[in-house]
Amino acid sequence: MEIIKIVSLGIVATVLIVLLKEIRPEFPMFISLLTGLGIFVMILGELSYVIETLSSLARRVNIEFAYFSTILKIIGMAYIVEFGAQISRDAGQESIAMKIELGGKVLIMVLAIPILLALMELILKILS
Amino acid sequence: MEIDLILKITGLGILVGIIHSLLNKFGKEEYAFIATIVGLIIAFSMVIGLISRLFDNLKVMFRL
Repeated sequence: MEIIKIVSLGIVATVLIVLLKEIRPEFPMFISLLTGLGIFVMILGELSYVIETLSSLARRVNIEFAYFSTILKIIGMAYIVEFGAQISRDAGQESIAMKIELGGKVLIMVLAIPILLALMELILKILS
Repeated sequence: MEIDLILKITGLGILVGIIHSLLNKFGKEEYAFIATIVGLIIAFSMVIGLISRLFDNLKVMFRL
């Protein structure tokens, strides 16, 4: 089962990190990064399956496809920002994590603005 | 699949730690520091390929 592999990988990595923390404090960061990477590679297949079904649903309901791809982009960016912020937070650098998250929020806002404008126009059209 | 690289990095870390403490015992702190940096560079070069592959996968999947 997939979930058992994921959980066991996480536990083994945690044990190794605790072991390595006293010997060389620089290396646990690599191990946590690799664990995150390994778990993401494991769920890659299921994630793409979910995205395919969602996009086929969006096409069937004939929503404007640009909105759906923007939502997908925002989800992807949020995941990358989270990935980087957590790694620097693990290493104890809270301020760097905040800066990464700030940059991520600004870029996601830039992506979301077209949708906001379309919404405003729709509302104005309805009201007027 | 990823577990072998994690174990490799752990082994490298332990090795570098031992070398570091040995060199400190011999009184050569600067060489110990250089050995640690070399170990870090090796570990990072192993990891960097996987990170770039992960980001490419993300780019393809989320159509970034």
